[in-house]
Amino acid sequence: QVCVLSCQGVGRIEKVLIANRGEIACRVMRTAKKMGVRSVAVYSDADRDSMHVAMADEAYHIGPPPSQQSYLSMEKVLEVAKQSGSHAVHPGYGFLSENTEFAEACKQEGIIFIGPPSSAIRDMGIKSTSKHIMSAAGVPIIGGYHGEDQSNERLQAEAAQIGFPVMIKAVRGGGGKGMRIARSDTDFLEQLESARREARKSFNDDVMLVEKFVEDPRHVEVQVFGDMHGNAVYLFERDCSVQRRHQKIIEEAPGPDISAEVRRKLGEAAVKAAKAVNYVGAGTVEFIMDAQHNFYFMEMNTRLQVEHPVSEMITGTDLVEWQLRVAAGERLPLLQDDIILSGHSFEARIYAEDPNNDFLPGAGPLLHLSTPPADQHTRIETGVREGDEVSAHYDPMIAKLVVWGEDRSAALKKLRYCLRQYNIVGLNTNIDFLLSLSGHPEFEAGNVTTSFIPQHYADLFPAPTAPSGATICQAALGLVLQERKDTQEPFSPFGSSSGWRSNIQFHRNMTLQVGEKKVDVVVVYNKDGSYSMQIGAEAYHVTGEVEEEGGASFLHCSVNGVKSRPKLVILDNTVHLFSTEGSSEVSVPVPKYLAGVSGSGAQGGAVAPMTGTIEKVLVKVGDKVAVGDALMVMIAMKMEHTIRAPKSGVIKKVFFSEGSQANRHAALVELEEEVEEGKGGEGEGSSK
Amino acid sequence: WILRCRSLPVAATRSYYADKVARLGSQPDKQSSEYQENYERMTVLIDELKSRTEKIKLGGGEKARRLHTSRGKLLPRERIDRLLDPGAPFLEFSQFAAYELYGKEEVPAGGIITGIGRVSGVECVIVANDATVKGGTYYPVTVKKHLRAQEIAQQNHLPCIYLVDSGGANLPRQADVFPDRDHFGRIFYNQARLSSEGLSQIAVVMGSCTAGGAYVPAMADESIIVRKQGTIFLGGPPLVKAATGEEVSAEDLGGADLHCKKSGVTDHYALDDNHALHLARKAVRSLNYRKNIDVTTEPTEAPLYPADELYGIVGDNLKRNFDVREVIARIVDGSKFDEFKAFYGDTLVTGFSRIFGYPVGIIGNNGVLFSESAKKGTHFIELCCQRNIPLIFLQNITGFMVGREYEAGGIAKDGAKMVTAVACANVPKMTVIIGGSYGAGNYGMCGRAYSPRFLYMWPNSRISVMGGEQAATVLATITKDQKAREGKEFTAEQEAAMKAPIVRRFEEEGSPYYSSARLWDDGIIDPADTRLVLGLSLSAALNAPTKKTRFGVFRM
Repeated sequence: QVCVLSCQGVGRIEKVLIANRGEIACRVMRTAKKMGVRSVAVYSDADRDSMHVAMADEAYHIGPPPSQQSYLSMEKVLEVAKQSGSHAVHPGYGFLSENTEFAEACKQEGIIFIGPPSSAIRDMGIKSTSKHIMSAAGVPIIGGYHGEDQSNERLQAEAAQIGFPVMIKAVRGGGGKGMRIARSDTDFLEQLESARREARKSFNDDVMLVEKFVEDPRHVEVQVFGDMHGNAVYLFERDCSVQRRHQKIIEEAPGPDISAEVRRKLGEAAVKAAKAVNYVGAGTVEFIMDAQHNFYFMEMNTRLQVEHPVSEMITGTDLVEWQLRVAAGERLPLLQDDIILSGHSFEARIYAEDPNNDFLPGAGPLLHLSTPPADQHTRIETGVREGDEVSAHYDPMIAKLVVWGEDRSAALKKLRYCLRQYNIVGLNTNIDFLLSLSGHPEFEAGNVTTSFIPQHYADLFPAPTAPSGATICQAALGLVLQERKDTQEPFSPFGSSSGWRSNIQFHRNMTLQVGEKKVDVVVVYNKDGSYSMQIGAEAYHVTGEVEEEGGASFLHCSVNGVKSRPKLVILDNTVHLFSTEGSSEVSVPVPKYLAGVSGSGAQGGAVAPMTGTIEKVLVKVGDKVAVGDALMVMIAMKMEHTIRAPKSGVIKKVFFSEGSQANRHAALVELEEEVEEGKGGEGEGSSK
Repeated sequence: WILRCRSLPVAATRSYYADKVARLGSQPDKQSSEYQENYERMTVLIDELKSRTEKIKLGGGEKARRLHTSRGKLLPRERIDRLLDPGAPFLEFSQFAAYELYGKEEVPAGGIITGIGRVSGVECVIVANDATVKGGTYYPVTVKKHLRAQEIAQQNHLPCIYLVDSGGANLPRQADVFPDRDHFGRIFYNQARLSSEGLSQIAVVMGSCTAGGAYVPAMADESIIVRKQGTIFLGGPPLVKAATGEEVSAEDLGGADLHCKKSGVTDHYALDDNHALHLARKAVRSLNYRKNIDVTTEPTEAPLYPADELYGIVGDNLKRNFDVREVIARIVDGSKFDEFKAFYGDTLVTGFSRIFGYPVGIIGNNGVLFSESAKKGTHFIELCCQRNIPLIFLQNITGFMVGREYEAGGIAKDGAKMVTAVACANVPKMTVIIGGSYGAGNYGMCGRAYSPRFLYMWPNSRISVMGGEQAATVLATITKDQKAREGKEFTAEQEAAMKAPIVRRFEEEGSPYYSSARLWDDGIIDPADTRLVLGLSLSAALNAPTKKTRFGVFRM
């Protein structure tokens, strides 16, 4: 294999196809551009206007949105590789990155697969095999049973021998699927059956292994790199302990509180592992580490990992560049002694998900997106721009925020500072959660384990605090200033939005929706352009201007003499304020007469919470429904959602039938409210 | 917001250094006792003006307001606020209509609120009945105010929005409301004529529209009605019962359902006041109205001096002189004033300026009018008409000079020249009475009879045929002569006793409140607001294309 590739000679990669999408596709293209390598993108229907398509030198359409028919289709990708005359294929992570068949197929076609030899992928892909190899190579592994005999009795006996608690894991498993913990002999069989069921469903294979379960372990992994000339090096460890839903969300390098000696041992074990399978290219050897810093081999990922940037930041390397060079047959750019660890780096993964709803993945448009400015020590790895959609078809990751600092506390400070500047409107994100996570004293102390989130659950999900009066004033000011901008014209003082009245003071009664509550704000337009606001018994003196800076709007304001400059985003009827103290949301209630017609979600009719398929329609035209009655069931992001009536009334129209696709915020039914007598005006108003 | 195009691009500011204009005005000595006294006394007048207006703002009594809002209705001023573009200014007219006019009966603002404001980016005349004031019925002054609003719409080419909530004519006063030319019927005549001139008439029925009132929505181009609140009928339920014995509820007789579904009297069905106002805003958006102004514009610039200095400069003592240039300096853009004929007829100050970027010709009094001043004024008005520049009159005039020498010099014919010019000028004219307005001076300086587009008064001003003192002296002299002819004595005490009530009466009748109550003006304004009020008025006035001026015969 080495021979085949080296025969093609060094520098033969002048055009690379990136068989991926999103941030990793963009990441690879950035390096390709830097190296003068032309890039070829592939895209599904859902990605027609995506950032990675725009960034590529060429882009080819490869099918409908479902990845099975596009990004996972080997034939289509290979076809494009040939058609475009690409010399190599970079698979990124996920999709085809650890697919032996694909790696083989590339080889057959004479196209360089940027990754390890297919044999290494195969060997490492099956957990029991990989452990055998590692064990043989002298890499520490955890005690366990990886045998052929899958009878309940045998497995249970092995479990008893290893000692409870044990982990029952699908051999072909991953991502937390087909994985169960048995704490005692009594619940073993139940957990085993459950794990098998899930494994069958997910991988169509229910072969199980049993191993020692390490309580509250750390997840530590080592970045390794090999070339075709027999060299292999490590680029130190990453700690990815903090996880939710068995998925990483914040990673750092190097691991906190790991001694130089343990670090060297980890690295050497990882290199041993790589050499054991003649590893070429970028790989990650994952270990679990107990409280005494004993570590055991878990698995090897034969691809470039999502969190590779933290290793790059502390070693000053570009691993994609290394991948391309190594794939072209070059030697590793640096040998072990030349790789110097410097500083500390964090990566926070920004996801479209709802942390308050068990991290339910989300999708939808990025109506507003502003990021901290990127610089030498701050990287924004993303594949989306403002206005793009986070598609329900793929991973809901929006971006990776990567920072570097002199030491861990400097890097952490930087991370939090940047997270506050990462502001998104349009869908739920985990940014606020990442902030409370990275600000937790235990996290600051480096006491991270895989149980971090469940252990500190209460601290990480503080009860939401209502925005302060000053914040409400800022929101009101934002709205008033927006109106001022929208009505302004150069000459006529009628366009001044000054609220001027002859001889009388103009009081404007605004009603604002703050969380569940409606808050009345009386705004007085003062002669000097300032505003006096009254909320309940509290009086505020408010001044301010909106300033544009780097594509975002900032509200430079003063409330009772306290100056601040939160980022201001006004979309539809909602004001979003992002300050260093966090974000808040205040909206103008949609008047009743508009609620029926407009698509504005919260108060209108029943709307789709996210894009998905209508599974069941439970009502028909003419039905009378009460608040909370189920109207439809939809499937979105692999979850069932029951849509309930937001108010009582009569169904006037049903807009979707079973099996049809509904977009986020699409009205599902038209609901005519029962007429209430003598109800006064609502919404936003004016003078007293 | 609606993008509004203009027919003329912004005139490039040609700011060559040598073209710089000398700024007008000077820093007043704020420590001087005169300034301080003036300031203090004017402040008293302003406070009085504002506290009176705040009271008028409330409309009818507390009970009436509570009843009104308990029905889910918005108060008329809230209706206007929500009809207007959010936070937009509202140029309200004649807040003091009917002020102390009907004896013990208080009719705040005449029971009707009128003014100009922007709705969906279009400057509109708004007429809103206040049902908390005598059920929104029309007193004679209410009719006058309604008609004046329509006249403003006609002169300035503005669409009209009527927020109707009125019981119709005030029956006890029907004789002063119904029969004459400028009475109730004129409202509908105007609606028809305005519509025929392309000025949209939009009615929002937010309460009753009974009898004649029914014609407001019926005569409108487009009308909106609020469900279970607005009613329109020629005869209300009591009248129907009396006439035919039929018993019917107001809602069934003329509610929104009937008129939107059966009769077609109204076009849009609103769920409540807010909805109705939202529909009215949409109706204006659909007018496809574009304002074309045919004057040049320049970037606006604030005056160099604070407006409140006017208080200290002008004061409330009409016998005290002040330089009108100091007033101009606190009204016009950048305090820039290109004075015309500065050394000729200097009791009249004339010159060109800009207010909110719009060009204006300003005529202000600096003393009694002589022949030269009148001729200079005539010349200047001719210039403005020639150039299509709006005219602003700052009135502070005791009259034309009297005496043998002046009569012989032909002051009457020179005064007549100026009166002819003012009467015939077709450019927008606006008058602010900033001091006295006496005698023929009122005519030459574009008093109400000369149809200025807008006429405002400062709270310190006075208007009458002559000063109270002079009038009393004239009358006393006549009596004295008469008594002398009859050989009777006329003692100093008798004279004083005779003069006092005359002076008092002139004082009372010359008050701006007396004037405003009768709609001799369009409102009393705070001097500090003058620049803004004129800017708003100019903006409104420029909606109408200017007609060419043809002057009458000037007696030479």
